[in-house]
Amino acid sequence: MSKNMAIRLPPDVIEIHNLTLAYQGHPAVHHVTGRFLPGSLTAIVGPNGAGKSTLLGALSGQLQAAEGSIHFGLGSKSVLAYLPQQSSIDREFPVRVLDVVLLGAWRELKSFSRVSDLMRSRATEALAAVGLVGFERRFIGELSVGQLQRVLFARLLMQDASIILLDEPFNALDTRTAEDLLQVVLTWHREARTVIAVLHDMNMVRAHFPQTLLLAREVIAWGDSAQTLATENLARARQTSEYWDERAPWCARPSGAGAVR
Amino acid sequence: MWTDWLVLLYGWFFQPFVDYGFMRRALVACLAIGAACGPIGTILVLRRMSLAGDAIAHAVLPGAAVGFIFFGLSLPAMSIGSFVAAALMALLAAAVTRWTAQKEDASFASFYLITLALGVMLIATSGSKVDLLHFLFGSVLAIDGPSLLLIAGASSFTLLGLAIIWRPLIVECFDPIFLRSVGGRGALVHQLFMLMVVLTLVSAFQALGTLMAVGLLMLPATAARFWCAGVVTRALLAAGMGALSGAAGLLISYHANVPSGPAIVLFAGGLYVLSLCFGTRDSLRMIWFPASQHKEA
Repeated sequence: MSKNMAIRLPPDVIEIHNLTLAYQGHPAVHHVTGRFLPGSLTAIVGPNGAGKSTLLGALSGQLQAAEGSIHFGLGSKSVLAYLPQQSSIDREFPVRVLDVVLLGAWRELKSFSRVSDLMRSRATEALAAVGLVGFERRFIGELSVGQLQRVLFARLLMQDASIILLDEPFNALDTRTAEDLLQVVLTWHREARTVIAVLHDMNMVRAHFPQTLLLAREVIAWGDSAQTLATENLARARQTSEYWDERAPWCARPSGAGAVR
Repeated sequence: MWTDWLVLLYGWFFQPFVDYGFMRRALVACLAIGAACGPIGTILVLRRMSLAGDAIAHAVLPGAAVGFIFFGLSLPAMSIGSFVAAALMALLAAAVTRWTAQKEDASFASFYLITLALGVMLIATSGSKVDLLHFLFGSVLAIDGPSLLLIAGASSFTLLGLAIIWRPLIVECFDPIFLRSVGGRGALVHQLFMLMVVLTLVSAFQALGTLMAVGLLMLPATAARFWCAGVVTRALLAAGMGALSGAAGLLISYHANVPSGPAIVLFAGGLYVLSLCFGTRDSLRMIWFPASQHKEA
């Protein structure tokens, strides 16, 4: 196995075609079509239950499409990193901060490879970049919520992915932590990585995210942030019902030519 | 005179093993089982699956019964039967957890209750005079050469397998979604781990019986938690405590003329209570008598 770090491939366009994602037959994401351009920085916003996390989960490959498809460019399999909401991590599990960051190199490490000095120094650098110098030997159970999120960002840095998916990355963080981590995201954007983040803070989106997808189960608007977040669009997004209707009829919308599973 | 003390110590701790072959075989069996149980139990505790061992142990029963009905009191037949039955139960329960929304504890409870009832039914209708107590409590002092080979082989296999899947297993425990997002085979690793739990329990079942085997699996692991923070140190300490419990329990059973299985598990239980009270991490002592001083930062 190669001891070298993986060479980062340039990201490709991500094409979503007529995508429907459903839980028990009820659509959480309904007939979504659109594309994320290479190197774009996109915020996904929308009310609770709008299918934002579901869409991100499908992009990361964790969820199966009920209909439609997601295509990553022309076959070149770019490396993808996914940061779900914090609840999926067992915070009481006794692992040390440095080991968590080193997991970012999983694609080279797999089950058996030794952790090289290069990896170790990269992990230390990543920790420094998120403001956690000297935290290497700490257990994650001893960290605050904000510090843990910094550690997970260091792991993302370690993953060196060309496509980065963040699910509510700044939730429950204080202003300073959110500000620091936002700077990391903006650096990724300058490095021409494709970054897609589910966010709630409209001011942050308007100030820093050039592209926005406003989702309320269906696409309300998708494109330039200022236009997407226009008042009438936001009002339309709020009107969407969160609730399932057990008596709803089967969706009869055509699946569209060329839709592939 | 100190030489008298030496003779006394020798009589207490070494004579039984020097004099009797069955004690030596029992000791080696307990050391092997304890060594394998330590790390397996530690992972079970960390995964919050402490009761899964209990469930799997109950599923051993129908397999052993089928082995007994067709081949009589043959150790290989009963072991293979036990392994197949328990492995089937564990894999089915794990698969149901993966496929459906049912939580792991609920699916384990469902499947072990079914297999347990099946086992009791099989034993009751087979019409033989097989002693149910033997299944439940085993007999470590009756271990012969082939059984010992089986136990040592199963323990070695478990430890080797655990070493192979160790890294993905730890990641799967700590952050399963991350492992999946980087293409790790979390489900496969989990299934392999469950197979190792089964293998450990089946080999311990020869010595301690289905019920007592879980004691040596879980008690050292739950005790080690009160002393060490890291996964590896916990696993090592648990393995050591397991082996110590085996040796000490055998000696107690020899000198006090009490059944060996419960003596071993009770010794492990004593270690647990000691750790619970006096351990260096989160023990009762730490909670009831917190340090009066604290640091500046």
